[in-house]
Amino acid sequence: MFVSLMSVALLVAGAVFFLAGTLGLLRFPDVYTRLHALTKADNLGLGLMVLGLMVQAESLAAAGKLLFIWLLLLAASATAGQLVASWAQGKGIAPWRG
Amino acid sequence: MSLLPLAIDLVLALTLLWLAWRALNSPDLFRAVVLFIALGLVLGLVWVRLDAVDIALAEIALGAGVTGALLLAALAKLQPAASQTDELQTAELQTAELQTDQAAVMAPIALRLFIALLLLAFLAGLGFAVWQLWVPAPGLSNLVEARLDESGVAYPVTAVLLNFRGYDTLLELAVLLLALIGVWSLSTAPHLGDEEPEPALAALSRLLAPLMILVAAYLVWVGAYAPGGAFQAGSVLGAAGVLLRLSGWRLSLSATGWPLRLVLVLGVAVFAFIGLAVIGFDQPLLGYPPGWAKPAILAIELAATLSIGAILAALFIGGRP
Amino acid sequence: MSSVLVFALAGLGLIGLGLYGLLVQRHLLRKVLAFNVISSGIFLLLAGLARRAPGAEPDPVPQAMVLTGIVVAVAATALALAMMLALRSATGRTRLEDHGDED
Repeated sequence: MFVSLMSVALLVAGAVFFLAGTLGLLRFPDVYTRLHALTKADNLGLGLMVLGLMVQAESLAAAGKLLFIWLLLLAASATAGQLVASWAQGKGIAPWRG
Repeated sequence: MSLLPLAIDLVLALTLLWLAWRALNSPDLFRAVVLFIALGLVLGLVWVRLDAVDIALAEIALGAGVTGALLLAALAKLQPAASQTDELQTAELQTAELQTDQAAVMAPIALRLFIALLLLAFLAGLGFAVWQLWVPAPGLSNLVEARLDESGVAYPVTAVLLNFRGYDTLLELAVLLLALIGVWSLSTAPHLGDEEPEPALAALSRLLAPLMILVAAYLVWVGAYAPGGAFQAGSVLGAAGVLLRLSGWRLSLSATGWPLRLVLVLGVAVFAFIGLAVIGFDQPLLGYPPGWAKPAILAIELAATLSIGAILAALFIGGRP
Repeated sequence: MSSVLVFALAGLGLIGLGLYGLLVQRHLLRKVLAFNVISSGIFLLLAGLARRAPGAEPDPVPQAMVLTGIVVAVAATALALAMMLALRSATGRTRLEDHGDED
């Protein structure tokens, strides 16, 4: 009971971060700030979701695989963010100044 | 029965249709390709909802991943000058191209309407046929279930792919090879410039490439009793090849001759050899002798994985080395 | 109305949208996209038909066929894109000749 409650709480928290990230992606003014929303909020959201699923995992191996997926995604999204940002900079897109 | 799963599935199905419509009708080609990749990813979710985990793996790696990379690479070759000019010019260029595009890109409106009506009639007929077919039927699953013990593997989809319907898989490997021969006969591989790749990308591919090879090996092995197998593993290998290529890695010249070609044909060659060799043991073509199914399937899957990975990467590079 | 039927109908919709795009669009890259949408629709329909029996294990034969199909579709896409690029470098056009066209 306690385990599933904790799992639900983590999953909901993860979903909230995803929602915030998506909102940022849609509402932020330029490519750099949007990247910020994507790489930070969504990665944290996925981390919380993975944690929520890990407490429910049947075995240590399954939990390890979930953690591994999160680490891989961190590496991939950090690289993708870097690539998009340096492409934008190469194009001469100036960062937004409110 | 709760209504929530059905609601989720309805949302997924509508998302699919909306993405497909936008991907096919978006005026900007780049946007169209990106929407198409998104369609592949949502489709992967749909396969999970349909309990088809193998297909989901293949769809994400191939339908979204490799196809997306192929489309983006082709798009980059179509618009080579656009990246050099500065932003303003590019925008002007694109609007000019767009206007000519709009005039000549689509069929006239009357013809479009006629085609749409014709297609609606066709879809109504197809829908009726599907409706007629929609009676609960086990299909061939009972037959597969009954003979699974003889197949050499414990997972039905792998049994169908490599034993019961081995013909399909053999010919499919041949189709892959034929496609590559077609691509190779159309062009030679573009020369890779000497510019330094992005340091972050280079670091990521150094990190991921060995990991992807490990995952591919795991997928082949796990295919004997769970979702996985040569196709998924080969797709992961192919994706590793695409990643390495993007970060500027290249095969050494000594390996692009017959060693590369050997790897490319290995899958078809091993499959055909085993399929023919069994005739010597009083078996029909592609029928494994009792007790030999498992090693035969493992050998074929390993060879096929290597070939599928190499062929997919070669298709992405596009052109004879 | 079951979830499987929803997806089979979505498959039908994808086939329709794809066929429409294939016939109406003239840019060859768009035709390749449309062709891929059609194949996705066919795969969904096939996989849906494999799961008609409620609650039972899905039929592995259509699943294996869809797997095979996805790989073949990727190979065909690669070949089609290579042919499009070859046409472009030979004629400078990205669409097929049309008798009604002035160019």
